[in-house]
Amino acid sequence: MSRANDIVGQIPYANFIGMGVERDAKGLVCVLPFKDANVGNRWLPAVHGGVIGAFLEMTALLALLDQSQDDRIARPINFSTDYLRSAGPQQTHGRAEIVKLGRRIANVRVVAYQDEEAKPVAAGIGNFLL
Amino acid sequence: MAAETRDGDYPPAVAKQYLFERIFRENPNAIVDSVPHCVEIGMQCVQLGPGTATLMIPYRKEFVGDPSRGVVFGGIITTLLDQAGGAATLCSLAEFTSMATIDLRIDYLRAAEPGLDLFGSAECYKRTPSVAFVRGKAWDRDTEDPFANYIATYMLGSKPNDPLGGDVKAEQSK
Repeated sequence: MSRANDIVGQIPYANFIGMGVERDAKGLVCVLPFKDANVGNRWLPAVHGGVIGAFLEMTALLALLDQSQDDRIARPINFSTDYLRSAGPQQTHGRAEIVKLGRRIANVRVVAYQDEEAKPVAAGIGNFLL
Repeated sequence: MAAETRDGDYPPAVAKQYLFERIFRENPNAIVDSVPHCVEIGMQCVQLGPGTATLMIPYRKEFVGDPSRGVVFGGIITTLLDQAGGAATLCSLAEFTSMATIDLRIDYLRAAEPGLDLFGSAECYKRTPSVAFVRGKAWDRDTEDPFANYIATYMLGSKPNDPLGGDVKAEQSK
């Protein structure tokens, strides 16, 4: 279906949290199905903040891979996550926007949402060494 | 750690017994055992102190993010440090308060060495009634040679009716 789709299956951590990749009219959408093993707060319940942060970061990496010519995975320099709502027991989606693609560094913004894209559960921004 | 603060809030002047001393002294691992994802990744508690926590994740091939290099994915470090920051904040409290991560930022200083266990520590260096300010780092071989630096804020009392409060009280009365 896409480069990102081929590659996500080869990344052990992406498989570990159960991530997949889809595509819609606006482009690449990463998908994180809800599963008990990813829960951080079992009373709410809610997906662990670390898993949400990891999902955002992986979404950014896959967006970079998707438009790149080679299979090298970019190396994160830093990543910053804002937690906006708790991520409840349902599927989470992630969409990345490459803000700047330089020769050596890329800046990528990502949002994670559940029901509506306009109501994100988390937002992240990171710099990656290409 | 400073013995007093301007608002007298944290660190507490001398003071009340910390929550973690009552709850986690006998079994520090309980601080991660109630979190399903932490159990899933085999996270262990190394040490708790006043406003500090050190946690560990054993290296596993499933955590690899870059198969060509065998390096763990940065995101697993997010889980390690987010959890360490939450634990450090909990360990700064005298009474249980629910909390939620507001934001966190991680700088990846170098790649973690393949095959080595991952350690993460955090320190709650300032707390107001509603916000905890936390910083920390992660390392593999040497605590003085971290592969990641971390800074975060946590909101306190985010869910006043969080049943966790009830659970902890039940735990205390045992």
